[in-house]
Amino acid sequence: MIAVEHVSKRFGDFTALDDVSLEAPDGKLTALLGPSGSGKSTLLRVIAGLEVPDSGTIVVSGSDATRLPPQKRGIGFVFQHYAAFKHMTLHENVAFGLKIRKRPKADVNAKVGELLHLVGLDGFADRYPSQLSGGQRQRMALARALAVEPSVLLLDEPFGALDANVRGDLRAWLRRLHEEVPVTTVLVTHDQEEAMELADRIVLLRDGKVAQVGAPRELYEQPADSFVMSFLGPVSKLDGRLVRPHDVALSDRPEDGWEEAMVQRVVHLGFEVRVEMVRGDGDEISAQLTRAEAEALEPEAGSIVWLRPPASGVSA
Amino acid sequence: MSAERRSRVGLRVVALGYLAGLLLIPVGVVFYRTFEKGLGAFWASITTPAAVHALFLTLEVALISVPLNAVFGVAAAWALVRGRVPGKRLLDALIDLPFAISPVVVGLSLLLVYGRTGWLGPWLTEHGIQVIFSLPGIVLATIFVSMPFVAREVAPVLAEVGEEQEQAAATLGASAWQSFWRVTLPSIRWGIAYGVVLSTARAIGEFGAVSVVSGKISGETDTLTLLVEKRFQNFDLAGAYAASALLAMIALATLVGMTAVGSRRSES
Repeated sequence: MIAVEHVSKRFGDFTALDDVSLEAPDGKLTALLGPSGSGKSTLLRVIAGLEVPDSGTIVVSGSDATRLPPQKRGIGFVFQHYAAFKHMTLHENVAFGLKIRKRPKADVNAKVGELLHLVGLDGFADRYPSQLSGGQRQRMALARALAVEPSVLLLDEPFGALDANVRGDLRAWLRRLHEEVPVTTVLVTHDQEEAMELADRIVLLRDGKVAQVGAPRELYEQPADSFVMSFLGPVSKLDGRLVRPHDVALSDRPEDGWEEAMVQRVVHLGFEVRVEMVRGDGDEISAQLTRAEAEALEPEAGSIVWLRPPASGVSA
Repeated sequence: MSAERRSRVGLRVVALGYLAGLLLIPVGVVFYRTFEKGLGAFWASITTPAAVHALFLTLEVALISVPLNAVFGVAAAWALVRGRVPGKRLLDALIDLPFAISPVVVGLSLLLVYGRTGWLGPWLTEHGIQVIFSLPGIVLATIFVSMPFVAREVAPVLAEVGEEQEQAAATLGASAWQSFWRVTLPSIRWGIAYGVVLSTARAIGEFGAVSVVSGKISGETDTLTLLVEKRFQNFDLAGAYAASALLAMIALATLVGMTAVGSRRSES
């Protein structure tokens, strides 16, 4: 387990981390989520030992690691831009940590072969990183980090530099890999969808502070405040509250307690349909309907609908 | 012929003419004069005891000063690019000092420090160490003038390679030293090679600083460049041409080496 206790870190005038405490449980995948500048990458680098915190403690597997250099923390780190050793073949890249540990050659070769198989790069052992695609390089970087059997795997925006479709594939692949090899993992991402899909726990950061911690569903359904709510998904504003557009129900006839609105625009988003409306007092609001709901209602620009304000939501 | 093509050809003629007038013709004449009286005369001229000694002294000086420059240059580049210490600006400026100061001044300043009446002179004499008018002085002067090349070639390469690979090596358990040898050095090797070639060319061709500190003792402290000057002043023109041609050939060999390194570098 990793525990971060009251960690602060400043760069000049900028406060990157402000009294941050969190835990990453054993065998689970914890996502550090937040907008850019929220301190998530700095936090990961502090856990790795690549940055030294101004104050606070890092505990890895029960012992204080705050002053330990990265070499002695038993971590594996995967960088956004791969950090592949460009002058080494794939095999040499993955073997690096094992060679440093002076493992017998036969063991190294067996382990590297096994890992390249695990990340689906059999047959690429003699290639150089420049001969691989971005996705392949990142899988190599993951194999390299796993080679030293780290007690903790740290991933810094691992899919941030990849195309959207490759990112989706790798995300699913990482999920399966984590089930197969359940190493305690901390993932940094600014993509809430990625965090929701991969993480057992999400730590949402804002301006160097923890905004909320919990399971993805908890954060989505019981957001602590408007920041958490709007970061985790689309929101609509209604009477000074933030609500989820899919919680707004629509009807084509007046019902008790429902409010009148005029449809301004209907946007078809494949499976879902977004209806943008303006209410009598001039406030704009949008609702997210399924296709079936939209077909029953047939909203179009200029038509009048009635909406039911959802019970859930947080004050804006 | 279109106007564009005409202007392109015109530009080429000007560029080549400029190069020819300043470089090719003078060097060509040296070679022409050298081999005018046949290969035998050239050979005889460069195999006199004084010439052979000068050649070996020149190579010896280069062999001592270039490796030292390489080590210092890499260390300085590291300090400039990776260092988090104050005084980086000062180091940055100091490295270029040898480019800015005239070699003759370098020679004189060495004389003022290490010469018999210089600062360290009495102490050196007491301990029986002779710097000025001997090999150490020539090496010091050569190191001084050829110092910046490796640092100036390596620094931008080091900056471009970035720190991430080294950080990755650290997380994989490599010590700073292991990371340097296994990750950093291979990434900057072409920068080092390029700097070494330039530094070598400068070391072999140095005249001004060496001429002040060497004392020009024939067969003892004469380098090739000094031999050229000596022969020229003694009206041994053929001998001066032969020694010049030898210098030019060494320089050409280093240039060919540099081009080879350059093409490797652009590949990687």
